[in-house]
Amino acid sequence: MKFFSSSFILYSMDDIFTGIAQAVQLIASGDAALYEIIWLTLQVTGTALLFATVLGVPFGAALGLYRVRTRGLITALLYTGMGLPPVVVGLFVYLVLSRSGPFGSLGWLFTPSAMIAAQIIIAFPLTAGLTMTAVQSVDPALRVQARSLGATRRQEIWTVLTEARIGVIAAIVAAFGGIISEVGAVMLVGGNIEGKTRVLTTAIVLNTRTGDFELAIALGLILLTLAFFINGAMLLLQRNALD
Amino acid sequence: MRLAVSLYRLENLCKSYDTRTVLDLNALDVHEGEILALVGPSGAGKSTLLRLLNFLEAPTSGTLAYRGQTIASPVPLDVRRQVTTVFQRPLLLRGSVAENVAYGLRLRGAHVNANVAQMLERVGLQDMAAAPARKLSGGEMQRVALARALVIEPRVLLLDEPTANLDPYNVTLIEEIVREQNRARGVTIVVVTHNIFQAKRLAHRVGLLLNGQLVEIADTRTFFEAPQDPRTAAFVRGELVY
Repeated sequence: MKFFSSSFILYSMDDIFTGIAQAVQLIASGDAALYEIIWLTLQVTGTALLFATVLGVPFGAALGLYRVRTRGLITALLYTGMGLPPVVVGLFVYLVLSRSGPFGSLGWLFTPSAMIAAQIIIAFPLTAGLTMTAVQSVDPALRVQARSLGATRRQEIWTVLTEARIGVIAAIVAAFGGIISEVGAVMLVGGNIEGKTRVLTTAIVLNTRTGDFELAIALGLILLTLAFFINGAMLLLQRNALD
Repeated sequence: MRLAVSLYRLENLCKSYDTRTVLDLNALDVHEGEILALVGPSGAGKSTLLRLLNFLEAPTSGTLAYRGQTIASPVPLDVRRQVTTVFQRPLLLRGSVAENVAYGLRLRGAHVNANVAQMLERVGLQDMAAAPARKLSGGEMQRVALARALVIEPRVLLLDEPTANLDPYNVTLIEEIVREQNRARGVTIVVVTHNIFQAKRLAHRVGLLLNGQLVEIADTRTFFEAPQDPRTAAFVRGELVY
């Protein structure tokens, strides 16, 4: 497969359709390099999402459930974090992981680990902040009702969380969307190294720059399709949680 | 005349939020097996009293004794689980009608037994068992809430304006079930209502609360026909009392 191309020209809609056709062909052909990119994308984003969920959901739930004195400040920080430009996160992680940085000895820079770290930072405010909102939106009277029906403190919290589960799933979906489509951070800290740290978004940037539009379109389509199916799966989960 | 055995005994009980005192009772007994109605204008402290009786809140001062034991926090779980409240709003959980009714049983680790089906039938919702609870009408939701409270077989059932805003059919049905639970199972019932007719229909005794204080408590007949306090007389006549 050709990842570099000298043709910088794309004129008409025809070329776009050609691109789409080629994309389908490329996917069908089982191109090894392409599947490597897809696999790495899923690995990086999946791992980051897992960490952001495991850390962010309990954190957000605790913020929503308990009266914390610094909640205002934490909320402001989380909301700021939700709008954090990925490229700024990338820069920060780059500096921290660079050889002279505090975690330089880890040797993570330009590896998938650095990309995962950056994406966790991007995703965490989303999972935590939106979980907090979801938990806060559960009617406080429902907690009293649960206690009145004999719930222990732990059962009461569990009841609130299950009531908020649609919002919690939405938080995870939002975080997923935020990081799978993100390019600035993974580009900076991963370096878009072929066969090592190249993911779908960074490959699209590269192929567009080099004028290899068919490939860029193909990758874009794959990214969209992936996002569609993963979101669809989470939506199904959400629908089961409805009623 | 039944022999009055105290289930609850409240003495010099005071409940304040910040500096505002919402409840200030010299003495109040709730008898085992009775239906006690508490009436009074909004803000009289009726709902606060129910929360105290459900051990959801602790009194600021004074004593609250339940079955001869002074209750101090933390209230033992097995004591807490003898009492439950049906609130004015049904406060149902996501999920089906049957899941809602089984909630209290699941909390107790009990098997979701035939009682759920039986209770659903009693409230006339056996055909709705699988329906999403929050899509029911107001009256149906309140019947689910009542079934959810009764399925755990409480010793004490507290009702906080259980039929406000409901149509006569639902009011009648709910009152019927409440009366039946009291008669057949000896459930002690304290009902807060602003509807004095409901108090008259249901209760063995009625108490009037005003500004956090108990003005008068008497058997239903005396309360309505020969009240001691002029404020009770005025309230019963449907006049405003402050």
